[in-house]
Amino acid sequence: MKPSFSVIVFTVLAGAGYGLWAWLGLALGMGVYATGISALMLPLAVGFVLAGAGLLASTAHLGKPWRAWRGLTQWKSSWLSREAVLALASFVPALMLAAMRHLARDTLAVRGTGLLLAMLALATIYCTARIYSSLKPIDAWRLPQVVAGYLLLGLASGAVWLWQCLSINLRDRMDTIAPVTHAGWLTGLALLVLLAGLVKRSYWRQLDAINARPAVADAGAATGLDRFGVVRPLEAPASEPAYLMREMGYVLARRHRQPLRRLAMTASFVLPLFAAGVAALVPAAEAWLAPLALLSVMGGLFMERWLFFAEARHRVAAYFPAA
Amino acid sequence: MTALPPPAKVKLGLVIDLDICVGCHACAVACKEWNDGGDFGPLLDDDPYGAEPHGVWFNRVHSYAVEPALGIGNTGCEKASAARGINASASAPADSPTSNPGLTVHFPRSCLHCETPDCVTVCPTGASYKRAEDGIVLVDADKCIGCQLCAWACPYGAREFSAKRGTMQKCTLCVDRIYNETLDEADRQPACVMACPTRARHFGDLGDPASAVSQQVAARGGYALEPELGYQPVNRYLPPRPRRAGTAVAAVTAPADEAFDANQLPTPLRWLDRLLSR
Repeated sequence: MKPSFSVIVFTVLAGAGYGLWAWLGLALGMGVYATGISALMLPLAVGFVLAGAGLLASTAHLGKPWRAWRGLTQWKSSWLSREAVLALASFVPALMLAAMRHLARDTLAVRGTGLLLAMLALATIYCTARIYSSLKPIDAWRLPQVVAGYLLLGLASGAVWLWQCLSINLRDRMDTIAPVTHAGWLTGLALLVLLAGLVKRSYWRQLDAINARPAVADAGAATGLDRFGVVRPLEAPASEPAYLMREMGYVLARRHRQPLRRLAMTASFVLPLFAAGVAALVPAAEAWLAPLALLSVMGGLFMERWLFFAEARHRVAAYFPAA
Repeated sequence: MTALPPPAKVKLGLVIDLDICVGCHACAVACKEWNDGGDFGPLLDDDPYGAEPHGVWFNRVHSYAVEPALGIGNTGCEKASAARGINASASAPADSPTSNPGLTVHFPRSCLHCETPDCVTVCPTGASYKRAEDGIVLVDADKCIGCQLCAWACPYGAREFSAKRGTMQKCTLCVDRIYNETLDEADRQPACVMACPTRARHFGDLGDPASAVSQQVAARGGYALEPELGYQPVNRYLPPRPRRAGTAVAAVTAPADEAFDANQLPTPLRWLDRLLSR
């Protein structure tokens, strides 16, 4: 599949934004979140920018962006529509929390709205994943790691953003969170990043296993002519590749997958894991470890998402002569 | 609405005879011509007079070489067929197309107007829909936002996005011809069917077992593309008929005791023998 820049930006930024809101909402709902107005407002605003930028980027992928509102109507059948509805609905509890910034953190209103934000944000990421995992012609996206991966990558990158927000916020007031709890949060973050990395590794392994098998979707299967023998495409319908092959016949990534995967793995998971681990042991280093982890995970996820699209094979390519 | 309508009684679709299609692309050209000016056009091209012209076609003709299962070792074919649970060499009787050196099959590909298509249900806007009355799958160009998810959801490559129009386009089964009362009744057929010089394309109601197309499908063993994917395509392809197998025919049709070596004959008689053996 052609890795379209707008869709990559959308899935990475929106994933991180809704992941950040999910953690913020969950911590508020459970009543374990830091006190202070800026501790609430900064992650809310960052999530607002990330989610908003992601959604704007997604409209750049549309042929008719100004009609995007129509995408909100078919939530009964379409995961894309569900995603759009939930993505916008998440802004409601986020804005409500901003309005309630002066309320005490343990009031029912704040905790309830926090939980609502967490649920809507999580559901948004889930729907984004289902847009891709529901497409039967793309074997790579039918793997169970796709939904789990999207959720974990969104939550992991969101957690790194929350860490960065809190580390800015708490730099001068470290005492508002007890050191043990702080180390506990960072250990949790490290475990989350580790889990996301393991799921991604297992996705890539299973993808290689799929690609190593004789292709199920060859020209013979696609045309139904395999009952007569081995089918080989002689001629494409036109001299120039048209929409289908431009969109779905992308082969570049499968040629260079190994170095790209190693790079994505290191940047998305290994480095942030290391940073969170060190920060848990050496709180003084947090001021530069958090931004390092953040830059690394976001850069890594752009690569990871580029590979997610570029490595996936669409069955329709079977009709055409190999590129 | 992108929710699918209840299963329709009428299932309009095409039956394409791969045995007699000669790959002339007349169907594709006629389709492009009609639909460029029809209710669902235009079918724009990108860079039409440039070095790499390409654009939207609802119908495209591929050509394939089918190398027989028997002959030069059947490993390749068995591998291909085993992956789908088809035993090509076992299911091929002596007079099947596989008993000859090979086939060239021209394969027109267009929307199959599936009964349970994902291209309709994934649409976030309701632009992509399946008609309840006859099962035709259409795109409402006034609602389409051009997200292209429907094209990703179609394994048959039926949908093509027009970057110039910003919307998705696809075969309409010439819905603006087949119900068009300003045309002669004989002309109320899809443009591709009207244009086919070998009559390899047929249009009709595949939901009615008594219709001409349904009977053709029953008689010729017409098949659906990749039914295992579960979209229930309506269109059917009629497989290539058994081919004559060159000199093997003479050996099969002539009684064994009358066998003779045609190469012993004088040249004119040898030609006559070859002519009559056809």
